[in-house]
Amino acid sequence: MEEIKKKEEQTSTHKIGIYLWIWGLLFVLSFFSYMVDWYNFQGLLRWSLILFFMFLKAGLIMAFFMHLFWERYALVNVLLWPMTAIACFVALMVAEGKYTLFTRLFYFFVGGQ
Amino acid sequence: MSEQKIADYDLKPGFKGMATDTGSDQTMFKGVHWGKAMMWIFLLSDTFVFSCFLISYMKGRASTPIEWPYPSEVFALEVFGVSVPLLLIAIMTFVLITSSGTMALAVKYGYEKNRKMCGWLVLATAIGGLTFVGMQAFEWSKLIHEGVRPWENPFGAAQFGSFFFMITGFHGTHVSIGVIFLFIYAYKVFAGHYDTGKRGWFTSMKGDYVEIEILGLYWHFVDLVWVFIFAFFYLW
Repeated sequence: MEEIKKKEEQTSTHKIGIYLWIWGLLFVLSFFSYMVDWYNFQGLLRWSLILFFMFLKAGLIMAFFMHLFWERYALVNVLLWPMTAIACFVALMVAEGKYTLFTRLFYFFVGGQ
Repeated sequence: MSEQKIADYDLKPGFKGMATDTGSDQTMFKGVHWGKAMMWIFLLSDTFVFSCFLISYMKGRASTPIEWPYPSEVFALEVFGVSVPLLLIAIMTFVLITSSGTMALAVKYGYEKNRKMCGWLVLATAIGGLTFVGMQAFEWSKLIHEGVRPWENPFGAAQFGSFFFMITGFHGTHVSIGVIFLFIYAYKVFAGHYDTGKRGWFTSMKGDYVEIEILGLYWHFVDLVWVFIFAFFYLW
């Protein structure tokens, strides 16, 4: 166990530059995502930019601040694959939400019989 | 990753390594402290909790025929008579990212056994978190004054309030718990518990700077969740 600990310490310290770079990038990306709202982009451009900056920020935090980039695949895969279940859930609820909206519009306003 | 070595075990890189690690009839996460592995498992379950909140928010917002309140105006802040959209939220985001950065550096200095730097950075993180919670309390009281309730609000669809208080409240609870632990750990670092290996009060585990990394994982996760809340709740 002592040996594992000793080796782990070696691999867990990285040069300070990489943290400062990621830190700076996170500030820049947050600024850009705020600009999306500032310049009032609408429609497809708005939500694709929001998602782009969001996933970039989340990826940087997980990969470097949370050290996932340096972890072994056994841990990385255990953590990342369950996220696909969330993606499926999102897709299901998008379809469900559209259907609910349709039935509400139809029965509340059209008054379908 | 590839330079790691464990006695009597051949660490292979990549997916081959994943297969041999998983089928090794030993601990699966090689070279990972058990506390760190358990924190990751907890964070994974917490991810599912927050996902359920955000997905229900998405579904609620997508399925209402009534106009959704326009976040850019609801969360605007008046500065010198000019209404600036999302100003407070932008400041909160920058404060949280700043505290995430100081935490990452604290972990680095912890592993280098630099007690003073590590302690000050953990303390700075705690103060950043406290600032965030304070601004969130201000935001809540402002909206409550404007008449936002979980069951109604003057801006549009009634569901807005319940989703807002539920999601930001749950996130704020996480931040508050994190701040409490950050102050405790800042004390433990300054007192030298991780240099002498003093046993903790929560577990009987011997003090080690790996605990700072475990706390760091939690804190970065709080920042990560805010990234998603900022995108989906405030910008969308």
